[in-house]
Amino acid sequence: MDGSLDLVERLRAACGAQHVLTDHNQLRTYESDGLLQYRELPAVAVLPANGAEVAAVVRACHAAGVPWVARGSGSGLSGGALPVADGVLIILSRLRRILEVDLDNQRVVCEPGVTNLAISAAVGPSHFFPPDPSSQVVCSIGGNVAENSGGAHCFKYGFTTNYVCGLEVVLADGSVVQLGGKELDRPGYDLHGVFVGSEGTLGIATAITVRVVPAPESVRTLVAFFETPGRAGRAVSDIVAAGVVPGAIEMMDRLTIDASEQMAHAGWPEDAGAALLVELDGPERECDARFEEVRGLCEGAGATGVVVARDGAQRDVFWKMRKAAFPAMGRISPHYYVQDSVIPRTRLPEVLDRIDALSREYGLQVGNVFHAGDGNLHPLVCYDGHTPGQAERAEELAGEIVLACVRAGGSITGEHGVGIDKKRYMPKMFAEPDLAAFQKLRCAFDPDGLANPGKVMPTPRLCGEVPGPYRQHPLEAAGLAERF
Amino acid sequence: MTAEDVAAALHDAERAGRRLRVRGAGTRPWGRPAPADGEVSTAPLDAIVEHNEGDLTAVVQAGVPLRRAQEAFAAAGQMLAVDPPGGGTIGGLVATGDSGPLRHRYHAVRDLVLGVQVALPDGTVARAGSKVIKNVAGYDLAKLLCGSFGTLGVITELSLRLHPRPPATATAVQRFDDPHALAGAATSLAHRPIEAEALDVAWEGGEGSLLARFAGGAAAERARDALPGAEVIEDDEALWERQRAGQRSSGGTVVRVSTTQRGLGAALAAGPRAVGRAAAGLVWITLPDGDLRAVQDLRERLAPAPCVVLDAPDAVRDALDPWGEIGRGELELMRRVKARFDPFGTCNPGVFVGGI
Repeated sequence: MDGSLDLVERLRAACGAQHVLTDHNQLRTYESDGLLQYRELPAVAVLPANGAEVAAVVRACHAAGVPWVARGSGSGLSGGALPVADGVLIILSRLRRILEVDLDNQRVVCEPGVTNLAISAAVGPSHFFPPDPSSQVVCSIGGNVAENSGGAHCFKYGFTTNYVCGLEVVLADGSVVQLGGKELDRPGYDLHGVFVGSEGTLGIATAITVRVVPAPESVRTLVAFFETPGRAGRAVSDIVAAGVVPGAIEMMDRLTIDASEQMAHAGWPEDAGAALLVELDGPERECDARFEEVRGLCEGAGATGVVVARDGAQRDVFWKMRKAAFPAMGRISPHYYVQDSVIPRTRLPEVLDRIDALSREYGLQVGNVFHAGDGNLHPLVCYDGHTPGQAERAEELAGEIVLACVRAGGSITGEHGVGIDKKRYMPKMFAEPDLAAFQKLRCAFDPDGLANPGKVMPTPRLCGEVPGPYRQHPLEAAGLAERF
Repeated sequence: MTAEDVAAALHDAERAGRRLRVRGAGTRPWGRPAPADGEVSTAPLDAIVEHNEGDLTAVVQAGVPLRRAQEAFAAAGQMLAVDPPGGGTIGGLVATGDSGPLRHRYHAVRDLVLGVQVALPDGTVARAGSKVIKNVAGYDLAKLLCGSFGTLGVITELSLRLHPRPPATATAVQRFDDPHALAGAATSLAHRPIEAEALDVAWEGGEGSLLARFAGGAAAERARDALPGAEVIEDDEALWERQRAGQRSSGGTVVRVSTTQRGLGAALAAGPRAVGRAAAGLVWITLPDGDLRAVQDLRERLAPAPCVVLDAPDAVRDALDPWGEIGRGELELMRRVKARFDPFGTCNPGVFVGGI
């Protein structure tokens, strides 16, 4: 890193020497995010205290021509916050003030390091912030904005992008812009809309304005057991076709039930091939009527048993089973690889068959736990990294699953983001003109390519100059040349 | 005509230094008046490409009239949950970001667009997003194109999320003679977990009403629960048609105010006639014909709430910037986006904010 000493000095001046880390051992804390397969040490890590310090840090990087990566809580699952070698890692965990709770207008303004759950806590119990990633206790709203995070309740309520209405953003040249605000439909391009989900490549959001909504009056939860995930999938289709919009509708297969039982001890039937967790929320009158309908639909689709949560404690156990799936898998397999593909809901049976076939072909177990309402699969490919070649085979198998989902008309990622992990799959989903259009946007925000380089796009691209207003070339005027 | 044909036409125009007006059905002649050398119409792109009933999704070409698409979706008991007034194409709806009372429950059209295909002035056809209801791969260019008024390229196809069409509705209507009391009652309802389908206000000639619409089997009971003592109307479509109609004017000037819930009362009190979405803080005020001064007064009175002029007589449109002020940094970034997508100003130049 040329001029790194100057840069480090400038960072120290901006944030205080104790908030600028250059020691190898200290930097190692930040070499990965939630996706541990990738590691990289930054040259420097810096922990600014507020938006002004973030802007000063980014300005210093811009002046030195040094790339940077922003990091929230580091719980992301696509390597989006993986540092760049020789770059600066900008850690936003000190920016954790809720700047304004404006409940009269159903808005909260907060810094990016505030946790997802803290927003709901600040407006509860009358209101809540709907996007609810499983990591919501630790994950930051800044990370949610970067990844457009979803969660179990987004089938009914939508994603982070549906709730962000304003952003203060530090652009890659260190300038600060306010995009959107508390009001909706402000004139001009929806730049805050396109910023959400941009995975840290367009700038750093230093103040985030979100909408919060009234907490539902009533919540009813059941779990239905089926012989196979395919049969549970039919119940999902029947529920949706009946016009019911559940707050959440989640499926677990046998392998993930086994894993989760070790942590959550729900005592679910040992012969069930799949469990379907269905939660309805809303006005009591509507909720009660619909709940009986859902129970009937599950039974009609061949449920071997239905258990209704009798109280909040039992509901918590149901959810603990679902949310334990990832960490619990670590108890039955030394390693696993998580995918995040999405398929059209109606293609579920054939894609599950394909995953089964792949699992047998590769001789590796695949657990399936997913957001069934929106077709977002989280296949967990189990492997033993100590067995030579198995990690590579697991990754290859995971890649085959992604391809099967794209071929079924789906997406390579529903909520974890592309990051470093899935960028190689981008050309499976997008053609060259699509990627070129993405690059136009990126260049408008960050022409020097300093913000989180090497992420999202499958291959590095540079930004050319913006062509000036069109002038006909003299040769062209003379009919001697054609522009291409 | 294909999306590739549109892209080729744009590219030809770019190379020739010609400016093109982008047009759907021509039902929303909004924005700045600006000269053009020709026109590109999406009207021939009129196919409903896919309607995936089981997935509650659809893919439609931009020139499909909204009404025709809704009829097709309704046959399966489904709808695109956007209900702006009047006709128009789906492409025009998305390009202008127009909305109707369903905005309350289902958010804006930006929140229902899953993917977009766009013809760009560089002659390419690009896609972003997907056909599934959950996707975070790539930049969400659909958000950028929603409400961009055709200034970045021509939207040629959209994939959309659909919703079940409610079997029955009922609306509670309560009358008020004070705009602030009306706004207070409406916003307090917005803070209750009643899951209304729509929550509107209307104000005209010194009196107004609060309208809360519910859907589903228990719609009428829920309407009575929400506003005890209010009139509950089960055959309620005409009420909502009137709300939608309040967003347009054939002779007057319509100003769309983006305010907050706290600003709702002031916005209602600011004009002779208004309709609004209480929770979203959006109010459409209709001013007497050709009254330029009234628009300026309104903007001063409601500042800093953005006041965008929609329908307006030519005299008004020619005399003021329909978009109003935009923050300098934000506008500069918008110009940079325009410069990357449409560097020669081929697509709808001059109609948008800041002369973009």
